[in-house]
Amino acid sequence: MLNRRDFLKSASAFAGVSAMTGLAGVANAASAANGHVVVVGGGYGGATAAKYLRMWSNGSVKVTLIERESTFISCPISNLVIGGIKDMAYITTSYDNLSSKWGIEVIHDEVVGIDVDKREIRLAKGDTVSYDRAVLSPGIDFMPDDIEGLAGNEDSIPHAWKAGAQTVILRKQLEDMPAGGVFAMHIPKVPYRCPPGPYERACLVANYLKDHKPGSKVMILDSNPEIQSKKGLFTRAYEGQYQDIIEYVPNSTLVSVDAATRTAELDFSEIKADVLNVIQPMRAGRLVDFLGVELINERWVDVDWLTMEAKGVPNIHVLGDATFPAPTMPKSGHMANQHAKVAAAAILNMLAGQAPNPTPVVMNTCYSFVDSQNVVHVASVHQYNAERQTFLPVEGAGGVSAAANRLEGGYALDWAQNIWADMLA
Amino acid sequence: MKIRASLAVLVFAGLSGSAIAQDPNLARNLAATCANCHGTNGHAVAEAKKLAGEPAESIIQTMAEFRSGDKPATIMHQIVKGYTEEQIELIANYFAAQE
Repeated sequence: MLNRRDFLKSASAFAGVSAMTGLAGVANAASAANGHVVVVGGGYGGATAAKYLRMWSNGSVKVTLIERESTFISCPISNLVIGGIKDMAYITTSYDNLSSKWGIEVIHDEVVGIDVDKREIRLAKGDTVSYDRAVLSPGIDFMPDDIEGLAGNEDSIPHAWKAGAQTVILRKQLEDMPAGGVFAMHIPKVPYRCPPGPYERACLVANYLKDHKPGSKVMILDSNPEIQSKKGLFTRAYEGQYQDIIEYVPNSTLVSVDAATRTAELDFSEIKADVLNVIQPMRAGRLVDFLGVELINERWVDVDWLTMEAKGVPNIHVLGDATFPAPTMPKSGHMANQHAKVAAAAILNMLAGQAPNPTPVVMNTCYSFVDSQNVVHVASVHQYNAERQTFLPVEGAGGVSAAANRLEGGYALDWAQNIWADMLA
Repeated sequence: MKIRASLAVLVFAGLSGSAIAQDPNLARNLAATCANCHGTNGHAVAEAKKLAGEPAESIIQTMAEFRSGDKPATIMHQIVKGYTEEQIELIANYFAAQE
């Protein structure tokens, strides 16, 4: 439902389209879809959704992106910054192309309320934005209160599980660590963002300490009973090139931390670390609390996988890490990008009065560095199953690398360049 | 080859039409699942393999070789098995049509 003012606004946005290189270069036929889509969160899910809505509608749908940060900083590849192999500039990308090339209105502000009946989003600086459909891609928020002593101490006990200031803090702590010191990292119970990420981080921290802080140790305190992704490949690295550095401790429940002494109290032991990296328990970004729906396990949003709509909330689509995953579907930036395309296609169909694509497909590729050169992957393809109304992994497809190798070291950085361009170029 | 590929697409469209109506943008949507590594609409950046403008029969042939194992791969032999041959043909024809 468009009111007259919205219609005029989208009509004028459309008139400006031909001047924009991105849309002029796309061979899509004029879309029958009209309306205004507001995307909240400019990460792997939200930025992709915003761009694809404009590209696939050939500019006929107006898109507003609300993002509180001024630039995009990537979580994938941020372990290379922590390990001293890449710098922050490498993982940082501007939002400028989304406005200049794709005609998206980018608003740097924070959402303070969503009225799903009036279809309005309220912003901290005072504006209210109305939508025909909204896409929420809030990622994760942390639950520091689950671990005694942690809340408010994230600068001394960083998580570095959202890239940005936290990445810089953890890197600095590693640089300041004495030789012969202890780096301890705690991994929360699944499901958490980026299943292989902590195990990659352990490798890259060990790789740095080996060369720069001889005699140091890396302790992996995993809440889970075993390595959660690429187990054989990471085990080979831990027991091979890092056998004198990395110690893997499964079933490690973290009870409390002491920020002053960087001590971690586990169920049956205490670890005093020089650098204590607690990847906190996490949940869907708190933005979704404005929807007023019950979360699965009080953490994740239940979605309709054909459209990515939040169940029980009309006109609201939720993407990425915030969703309760389909079977074996990882919480990854790559998957959020794929969710975004399912949502963009469905939204454009629905705005044009058509049914969503009944046979969507998503896939995931994740590369992990075991050192500065050698990389391992995990991949999967997920086809929509109409009977079970969810995505299911295709049996016999997907898998992991045979062994860590340099060829995939190049592919991993190519992946990053291509997905960043797919979102933001 | 080109004619055979287009015929296959038509046959697929007919077959799937009987079971479930195919989305008019299915090829576009499927091809978009490749963009994370091969660029938006196949316009790859960095060293990744560009797919935009590649002849459909060449993409279909390469995917068949990944599927059978005839062409060695690090990852594509695992990914291609997640798609049906009909889906690969739709994707290949979509990329071939990109400038």
